[in-house]
Amino acid sequence: MKLAYWMYAGPAHIGTLRIASSFKNVHAIMHAPLGDDYFNVMRSMLERKRDFTAVTASVVDRHVLARGSQEKVVNNISRKDKEEKPDLVVLTPTCTSSILQEDLQNFVNRASIETQADVLLADVNHYRVNEMQAADRTLEQIVQFYIKKAQKTKQLDTTKTIEPSVNIIGSFNLAFHNQHDIAELKRLMSDLNIKINSIIPEGASVQELKNLPKAWFNIVPYREIGLLTAEYLKDEFDMPFIDTTPMGVVETANCIRKIQYILNDNNADVNFEKYIDIQTRFVSQSAWFSRSIDCQNLTGKKAIVFGDSTHAAAMTKILTKEMGINVVWAGTYCKYDKSWFEKEVGDLCDEIVITDDHNLIGDLIAKVEPAVIFGTQMERHVAKRLNIPCGVISAPVHIQNFPLSYRPFLGYEGANQIADLIYNSFTLGMEDHLLEIFGGHDTKEVLSAGLSVTSEDSEIKWNLESQAELTKIPGFIRGKIKRNTEKFAQEQKMETITLEIMYAAKEAAA
Amino acid sequence: MNQIKHVDNNDLKEKINFECETGNYHTFCPISCVAWLYQKIEDSFFLVIGTKTCGYFLQNALGVMIFAEPRYAMAELEEGDISAQLSDYEELKRLCLQVKRDRNPSVIFWIGTCTTEIIKMDLEGIAPKLEAEISLPIVVARANGLDYAFTQGEDTVLAALAQRPNAKQLETQLEKAIPTDKDYIEHVPLILFGSIPDPVVNQLTLELKKQGIQVSGWLPSKRYTELPLINEGNYVCGVNPYLSRTATTLMRRRKCKLIGAPFPIGPDGTRAWLEKICTVFSIEPKGLQQREDEIWEKLKYYVSLIDGKSVFFMGDNLLEISLARFLIRAGMIVFEIGIPYMDKRYQGAELQLLQKTCKEKNIPIPIIIEKPDNYNQVDRIRDMKPDLVITGMAHANPLEARGINTKWSVEFTFAQIHGFTNAIEVLELVTRPLRRNQKLEKIGSQRYTDRR
Repeated sequence: MKLAYWMYAGPAHIGTLRIASSFKNVHAIMHAPLGDDYFNVMRSMLERKRDFTAVTASVVDRHVLARGSQEKVVNNISRKDKEEKPDLVVLTPTCTSSILQEDLQNFVNRASIETQADVLLADVNHYRVNEMQAADRTLEQIVQFYIKKAQKTKQLDTTKTIEPSVNIIGSFNLAFHNQHDIAELKRLMSDLNIKINSIIPEGASVQELKNLPKAWFNIVPYREIGLLTAEYLKDEFDMPFIDTTPMGVVETANCIRKIQYILNDNNADVNFEKYIDIQTRFVSQSAWFSRSIDCQNLTGKKAIVFGDSTHAAAMTKILTKEMGINVVWAGTYCKYDKSWFEKEVGDLCDEIVITDDHNLIGDLIAKVEPAVIFGTQMERHVAKRLNIPCGVISAPVHIQNFPLSYRPFLGYEGANQIADLIYNSFTLGMEDHLLEIFGGHDTKEVLSAGLSVTSEDSEIKWNLESQAELTKIPGFIRGKIKRNTEKFAQEQKMETITLEIMYAAKEAAA
Repeated sequence: MNQIKHVDNNDLKEKINFECETGNYHTFCPISCVAWLYQKIEDSFFLVIGTKTCGYFLQNALGVMIFAEPRYAMAELEEGDISAQLSDYEELKRLCLQVKRDRNPSVIFWIGTCTTEIIKMDLEGIAPKLEAEISLPIVVARANGLDYAFTQGEDTVLAALAQRPNAKQLETQLEKAIPTDKDYIEHVPLILFGSIPDPVVNQLTLELKKQGIQVSGWLPSKRYTELPLINEGNYVCGVNPYLSRTATTLMRRRKCKLIGAPFPIGPDGTRAWLEKICTVFSIEPKGLQQREDEIWEKLKYYVSLIDGKSVFFMGDNLLEISLARFLIRAGMIVFEIGIPYMDKRYQGAELQLLQKTCKEKNIPIPIIIEKPDNYNQVDRIRDMKPDLVITGMAHANPLEARGINTKWSVEFTFAQIHGFTNAIEVLELVTRPLRRNQKLEKIGSQRYTDRR
């Protein structure tokens, strides 16, 4: 047992559901107790999705516990098949079904006899893998299934497209700034004259998976989800893939050079150096910005970085290589990716922290006292408590990390966004600090401006109970309630305010 | 004065149409009750013994509260716990000692989950031993998704609490409440149960005081150490419709007498609740008609917005019957009342008031659907096109995109909705989507998806 208040990565089934519900016309059925369909709330609320999330539960209740699911799962699968006519139904195990050890594969086999849809059992173990690992595996599983299916029916076409083309593997729901990143990648590919063969899984149909081998290469922007699929396609069809995340101008250039290498390897004869040069110097603002006088002030400032391995590593590289900032330590909660992370940022920071314990992270932050933190929502709250500015660079995220406006982290526009994020975090911190040194802007005490509770001119007394009640009212409306109640009491010619008068005043004000 | 008669179940069955669907509906997991209970019981600590799934739900559902150093945590089960390689007792002892050291609570609540049920972890057996060893009360509540929905979590916790207070005083005989001042009449002690915010506790207590009735205690109280004395023969009355286990426990285990009343939600419900309590104590209620009329007068603007409009409850928090009854009284037409679980005995008086309200408003009694099927419900919503759907957050945005006004049901659980004073809060919530969407009409189309 582990005492836990907060976790960085969710349970395995969330990963499977994120992949399944990203595809078009795929329905996931969770083998889970009532209330485990919280995923639907997250997708509907955080991403503000307009359509019903294609996830339902085959509810595990007392009866299931006593007698097993029996026909229930099979019936639920065939019911969804008739109602929604999905291309694929993914049966998703949860922590509950892991312990029940029912033969879910058997249900899948039985159900698929009667259904029009294909049926798959997600191959994930709740106690062994987390959200990201499960998502990675589920994506590979679905791709593999449809490639094999096409091979069997001899529908697999592995002829490459005439012009250079790419699959982007890494577009899914509930991911950090993902929609914007994908748009930015599309733009980059179009600049490089590379056709998009397929973007999976968000918005993709499972029918188009058999066309994946037609692309010249694959790009996996985030290493948490998509690498398994890319590796599978490499093994099966010798498709090269790029796992360099184009985040920051240096890494974007590296990524583009790798693309160039792959294309030239296939006799395309391209040279992107000029494109990189122009983008870096004139189109993107961030390289010039780092060079400008303003950014000199950031030199050697202490920062710490924490997040998933993709974003934490990329951010560490940007801070150190592109802005001259001193990263005291960088860390990730993707424990299974430790060696990669160490290899990537080992030389760039003083220390590496691999943990999924937010308390440890909090303590380490407090100890180092950095000038700025780049982390997840949890670090943002630690930062708030310690009065350190913080920029959010990675999941887990809140609704404000799903902005409406165009906010990519990848590519050249992404570099601009990140530069703003870094700079704004620092200046705010500096402003705060200067204000403190010089004693703040407003040195004169504000007298009864009418905003706060303390308007001393009132003759009316509050008895103990009502005073206590008043303190329970949230600060931002307390003053208003106090004034309203006193006004009411005056009108009623009361001298002391009791609880009863408070409530009466509330009713009267309504 | 309209007194509430004893409820005859057979009578109700004929008139109200109850149906039961597949139970495929969205609701919060009952462990969510820790969110409001840890805030209500100030010296408590809630330890949810479950998996990452439970933790993930709490973390996301309770959002910002997580960051405010809440007095709850997960005892996250690992593979060794599931396969019984680790001793449950030793593991729980280690965690509870840590909690005791770090937070020094007066009580630790163990919230059992689906996993502890399936692996049959003997929480009730371990608790008394560990309690003695670490000298800290441990209360066990099984608030799991196998058996319960959302607010029923509170019911399991309160039922467990109901067995705790003053256990050794069970022997003491029935005693009359000693009127502490002349405001009260002499009567058998009355204890109210249900967790509501302190201001609402004060408001309802004062309403009863106006009738000369003294509330001897609340279950739960503000602090665990202030749990009320509950003695055999005491009267108890619920303030929330989802507390049937607590009611049963108080009747059977504590030998209390249950006052079956409608719930004090809406001015009509509050009045009926007060009247029923008065009746039990043979008191002629004073000024309630006038008080109710005054409240309705204040609600006039809101009532004008919803008068004649239709509403559909998808059902997820068991407040549905009371809310529907209030809204019908306010002039709405209710198409369907979905509800996770319907205790016809505990909610008997409420059902009867619903029946009576429909009769007086001359509208058909809405169908009550227990364990609804959300998929079928969405189909019915498409056909009926109600003016408002009260639903969970999983369906709210998709329905809005289809031009259907929605109100998230969860808000009714967290808002202050009880008593005369707060009737306005309910209508404030109910009319908010209508008020907002009226203002947005100028944007143009109200449909934001082409999908069905």
